[in-house]
Amino acid sequence: MNQDFEPAILAFVCNWCTYTAADLAGTSRMTQQPNVRLVRMMCTGMVDPKYVIKSLLSGADGVLISGCHPGDCHYQNGNYKARRRVRLLNEILSQFGIDRRRVRLTWVGASEGQEFAATVNNFINDLRELGPLDSRGLAAL
Amino acid sequence: MATTARIQIDGQGPVVALQGFFRRLLEDESLSGVMLPVHLFRHGMPMPTLVTRPDQLDRADPLAPAFPMNSAKLVSRLTRGATGERIAVVMRPCEIRAFIELVKLNQGSLEEVILIGMDCPGAFDNAHYKEFLGDREGMAASVQFHASLSNGGLAGGFELAPACRVCEYPSPHGADMVIGLHGADLGSAIPVMATSARGEALLGAMGLPEESPDDRREKALAALTATRVQARDAMMEQVSARTGTLEQLAEYLSGCVNCYNCRVACPVCYCKECVFNTDVFEHKPWQYLGWAKRKGSLKLPTDTVFYHLTRMAHMSTACVGCGQCSNACPNGVEVVELFRTVAARTQAGFDYLPGLSLDQAPPLTVFKEDEFQDTVSHLA
Ligand code: SF4
Ligand code: SF4
Ligand code: FES
Repeated sequence: MNQDFEPAILAFVCNWCTYTAADLAGTSRMTQQPNVRLVRMMCTGMVDPKYVIKSLLSGADGVLISGCHPGDCHYQNGNYKARRRVRLLNEILSQFGIDRRRVRLTWVGASEGQEFAATVNNFINDLRELGPLDSRGLAAL
Repeated sequence: MATTARIQIDGQGPVVALQGFFRRLLEDESLSGVMLPVHLFRHGMPMPTLVTRPDQLDRADPLAPAFPMNSAKLVSRLTRGATGERIAVVMRPCEIRAFIELVKLNQGSLEEVILIGMDCPGAFDNAHYKEFLGDREGMAASVQFHASLSNGGLAGGFELAPACRVCEYPSPHGADMVIGLHGADLGSAIPVMATSARGEALLGAMGLPEESPDDRREKALAALTATRVQARDAMMEQVSARTGTLEQLAEYLSGCVNCYNCRVACPVCYCKECVFNTDVFEHKPWQYLGWAKRKGSLKLPTDTVFYHLTRMAHMSTACVGCGQCSNACPNGVEVVELFRTVAARTQAGFDYLPGLSLDQAPPLTVFKEDEFQDTVSHLA
């Protein structure tokens, strides 16, 4: 594992759950690595596949999509739709050598600050193992 | 038992015999017109044409090895909204499958249309059709095309379009009637099968002689399909070997000029307005310079790989492998090979077979609460 490599992660998080959890993790001073940029969405159902594609082509080494647990989505089924989209993206992107672990979907509820911190830390560790995505240096993207 | 009738071929050959068949079909009072390929000019491209007067069928040629566009989009236009009248449309198997996909997305309707599927041996892309035609008369050239196929293959170094060479669906699914070219002796007769109740009623009323069943078509079809599947697998293996990384993908697409012809030609690219044609991609001059500075250089036009990956996210579960994307590409980018290879993965990922059943909902229009658990990461 390359401990010097600092992976860049873009995280699309649901306002109603994971965003709150991330906030909680911050205010409770849990140790978190500074590799993540959060994008607050109203629901994971709003994460268009092209946001994920664009992130990966623009230098993100991994993309996290995190929303409400099944049954808890404030728009009833946005998280189920997100799950199908992530599945679709993984099928497409793995054709081009983008490991399935780079696009990650999780359910993290509003009170689960600790879980959020652990999710991010795990993700960073996995990305360190995978190394940088080759899009970083490519002029043709 | 479904009717199989016989289109008798006399001294004037199979194209004229098929014209006779469609003339007779058009005499049925329940039909106002038939859409099929017509040579409007002696040397031009035969185009899908909606014929309402039987006497104008004398340049119709459903055997032409030309495939200038996937007619699913046209049939979508012809059926979006009721006319109170019924038409028949003559389509290749991949055109029917694309149309079924559009019907599922409410971009077309089966209510007032009779689908007549042609068994399809494949066709040329536009450039090669012109070359194949040379200065021959269109209908005569079509007959020669089918004659050479049944005599062991195309002569003169001609090859079918890349999509057709790897197409494992050379017979129609979901049609009301099927014209059975596979295994047929175009010197004597072509069988026509009714494959729905509506087709049965129409065909039965035509009073054609009945064809006694034999297994020539099944055998020819099985042999052709086996060859195609083999070619398809080899093609996908090659594409995979050439596109295993993002960098390789960018190289594969390096001739692309972002003209978006492949998207316009694609029958299942369903968006009314493509995002790549909107302001979102009207970048400012200083943005280009900023991006170039970040990496030291920037390929122009930008967003090429982004465009193709986004298109794959939209159309790959519905891709029917018709090859019109490649036919439309001015730069020889091997798009159909790429899209089919990715489509094979996404279609398998959702257990989806595009265009084969109206009951199978497009994967991104539905969801279940209890599915794809392996797509969600959980903390260990
Ligand atoms: S991507 Fe190409 S092969 Fe697939 S349906 Fe569209 S035009 Fe046909
Ligand atoms: S038709 Fe060819 S050049 Fe035009 S956008 Fe598609 S791949 Fe690129
Ligand atoms: S509201 Fe949180 S995932 Fe839908």
